Amino acid sequence: MHQHQFFRVKPFAALVGAVLVAAAAPARAGSDESFGIPQVRFINEQVSAGWADADLEPAAAATDGEWCRRVHLDVIGRVPSGEELAAFLADSSPTKKADLVARLLGDDFVDEYARSWTDVWTTVLIGRDVENEMVSRPGMRQWLRRAFSKNIPYDRFMEELVTATGANTNKDGIENFNGATNFLSGKMEEGGVQATAKTAQIFLGVQVQCTQCHNHPFNKGKQNQFWEMNAFFRQARALRRYEQTMDIQSIEMVDEDFAGEGSDPQQAEIFYELRNGLKKVAFPVFVDGTEIPQSGYLPGTAADGAAFGVNRRRELAQLIKASPLMPKAIVNRMWAHFLGYGFTKPIDDLGEHNPPSHPELLDGLADRFREQSFDLKELIRWIVLSKPYGLSSRVTKGNAKDDPTLGEKPKFSHFYLRQMRAEELYESLLTATEADRSRAAEVAAKKKDEWMRQFIIAFGTDEGDDATTFNGSIAQVLMMFNGDLVKVATSTGKGGLLDRVAESGGKNAAKIDTLYLAALARKPVAKEVAAANKLMQDRKGDPVGALQDVWWAVLNSNEFIINH
Amino acid sequence: MFTPPADMSRRHFMSHLAGAAALAAPATAFTNSILANAADMKKRHKSAIVLWMGGGASTMDIWDLKPGAATGGPFKQISTSADGVAICEHMPLMARQMHHMSIVRSMSTREADHMRGRYYMHTGYVPNPNVEHPSYGAVIAHELAEHVPDLEIPPFVSVGGGSVGPGFLGMSWAPFVVDSNGNIRNLDVGIDPARMSQRLEMLATIERKFISEKRGGVAEDHSKVLEKTVRLMTSKQMEAFKVMKEPKEVLDKYGIGERGGSGFARGCLMARRLVEAGVPFVEVDLGGWDNHENIFPTLADRKLPELDRAMSALVADLADRGLLDDTAVIWMGEFSRTPNINGNGGRDHWARSWSVVVGGAGFKRGVAVGETSSDGKEVVSEPYSSQDVMASVLKSLGISLETTFTAKNGRPMKIANSGKVIKELFA
Repeated sequence: MHQHQFFRVKPFAALVGAVLVAAAAPARAGSDESFGIPQVRFINEQVSAGWADADLEPAAAATDGEWCRRVHLDVIGRVPSGEELAAFLADSSPTKKADLVARLLGDDFVDEYARSWTDVWTTVLIGRDVENEMVSRPGMRQWLRRAFSKNIPYDRFMEELVTATGANTNKDGIENFNGATNFLSGKMEEGGVQATAKTAQIFLGVQVQCTQCHNHPFNKGKQNQFWEMNAFFRQARALRRYEQTMDIQSIEMVDEDFAGEGSDPQQAEIFYELRNGLKKVAFPVFVDGTEIPQSGYLPGTAADGAAFGVNRRRELAQLIKASPLMPKAIVNRMWAHFLGYGFTKPIDDLGEHNPPSHPELLDGLADRFREQSFDLKELIRWIVLSKPYGLSSRVTKGNAKDDPTLGEKPKFSHFYLRQMRAEELYESLLTATEADRSRAAEVAAKKKDEWMRQFIIAFGTDEGDDATTFNGSIAQVLMMFNGDLVKVATSTGKGGLLDRVAESGGKNAAKIDTLYLAALARKPVAKEVAAANKLMQDRKGDPVGALQDVWWAVLNSNEFIINH
Repeated sequence: MFTPPADMSRRHFMSHLAGAAALAAPATAFTNSILANAADMKKRHKSAIVLWMGGGASTMDIWDLKPGAATGGPFKQISTSADGVAICEHMPLMARQMHHMSIVRSMSTREADHMRGRYYMHTGYVPNPNVEHPSYGAVIAHELAEHVPDLEIPPFVSVGGGSVGPGFLGMSWAPFVVDSNGNIRNLDVGIDPARMSQRLEMLATIERKFISEKRGGVAEDHSKVLEKTVRLMTSKQMEAFKVMKEPKEVLDKYGIGERGGSGFARGCLMARRLVEAGVPFVEVDLGGWDNHENIFPTLADRKLPELDRAMSALVADLADRGLLDDTAVIWMGEFSRTPNINGNGGRDHWARSWSVVVGGAGFKRGVAVGETSSDGKEVVSEPYSSQDVMASVLKSLGISLETTFTAKNGRPMKIANSGKVIKELFA
């Protein structure tokens, strides 16, 4: 199998070379369980303390194959190729995990890293709805890909999204394209209530949407907070720009002077309605009570040279940056991405009413993330090199009671199973089958969108809520059984994976091994070998057909689709 | 064209998977007496159909009008086939069916956010970060599926929307989501059935190994869903999804012409076909009720005619076929809309005082239960909640309200969150 050329992976020899260089790094780094990284040590200490408190015996470490598969899925959104896995398994350096993580976060994988996190954040920022004319998914993705390729610091990432102005699509003749505008362009209806709710939810981990309704009877105390947050968005507008025809060319996000709903733009207030019909006034006030000037004018200089006005969204971004909630919210989100559960559930509902499972760890990681200039790749490195991330998913007596599905707070004493996201499955099938992926990123993304569409369910509300049936449902199993994607993945055409494995010479057992390693990062056990041999018998005279059957079964298995 | 694998192959696979599934709790506890009565039960199986109004339909413009009040809006009310029960003038066809249905006009709930209201009305519980509660569909399918042992298609079908999931009852009670055209994607195996069966055996080997390693329930759930999928793929009952096979006169009643009519109309007809086939729970989704702007033209010109035609056809059809006495029909959304009309000629979210409509099965019909104030802003009779409606629906289906589930954490959970039966709905 190694004679095949893979466009993504460096030639095998180069790979081995890199490993040898890395292996020559100071041995001290690998001599403790934290790879010489203080933030990893901090995580390990905190989580271990939780095990001791709860009288839990952590699971054994995951096998190298399991860990390698897991870290590829979680960092770059797909399973490792046969080559990548083989290289890792063959590596005997004590720092091989740190080295692999460094490679996945480095230049070699920058495109795949950006693609995967673009997928994750597209759903976070604009949901799954592909029909909204106010939002351009390609525009959003283009901006996200650039952000993740450059690994821009998270505070700037947030700031660019919250303050974005310009056109949301990158079409011919558009000069002021800024894909970041898509975060808010579809959320500006009704004075930007969705912009308010989503900004607070995503970047502060605070749920304010329940208090928005001027008729919400039971959260009276907090209702002003929602509208005071909302006031930050009142200079922002999403304008439809038309071409010659009546077709929308793009949506342009702009900031304009806001006159207020009263009579004085210097005091540009908004009104909201209490349940009893009385109206109340709100000015921009941040969730922590910080006020900004009440003027609705954008910044400018008067004839006498005096500065006036304020850009409310920019002020908001500065307040979010300074808030302790911002790093907590992103740390919690990232932890949940890698460990399956956040410190709170849901991850974007922080507050006294919802105490975290590991408060000191959450706060401590948030502080360290700020000290590290909000570098997302560093945060990823700390998490994936931590001890809890490296544990086996096999539950033992000593940790069986640590089961968050029972409603207990997670203790991370074993790796929690979770199904791949639809995007991860899609990319993993492409990888496992060594499909050609030389298409341009946006062309590939659109093809993936089309495939994803079959799983989207809209809820018929103005807020664009949606869900996916890619959740272990019958629809998903039918897709895996009979769908086109799997048909292509299991095709026996010339030059495809199965054809090449079949043609590779050697014994059947080795060929089955290759398929297992590519999909499951392990070799088959005796029972599976026996079952595969039986298929070989059944398909006598058609060895490629038998491999096809094995491959189909492997790809359809729980072990393949579950990140373990 | 899809050819089902020989039944023997299927059984073969099932027996292989049985080893895997046996590690999990059996999906349904069959008792001998139930099996013995299976044939009889099949004739008399119970079902429920929820017509889900996504977005929150304005019930004071449909079922509980306040003509003349400042909040009342422009619609007039008309009398119906139920004595003393008047509804909106834009529901003339339903007006002729109201003797089959009853209105609960004294709903008072607290969840006025879409996602929270959706969850609450579907489960009887407010969202809780520590436990996911099963929805109507999962609960009713779980309780009634044992009465239809020959059912090969999923017992919980959601047409045109996603409903709410099975919570702690597990993925094998999840909704089977289909579009209103009845097209099920990826149903065609495309290979020789015998070979498919061989593939499934290989697959079962891998599934069993992974499950035996005790990594958590997700692995077992996958096998259970595989098993259900195989059953469904090989079933003739899949015909129930093909609404366009109905005779023309039936299609006409639902307003389904050659061009297919509205998705909701097809969904209602599919619900009847599925109920006929033995499916215990069907939800049909009609979205577009989140009318913050221009509510009255939207309702009068589009939403109410669409609802009226399909809902009335469904109720009449069930009644004509003698299915209504065993089928509960529930019309509801996540909440209703503000009595006050906002500056954009719309109504906003409102949960304090609103209506749901139920009928069929063991319900008393043709009555309007409860009352709201003259401006529609308060419930002035005994208020009812989501869990009360759920308890009443379960009672109408003969499901014991003493049923207790065990959540995954071992905590007992009373069915319908211990809601109280709405006594006026029962004779």
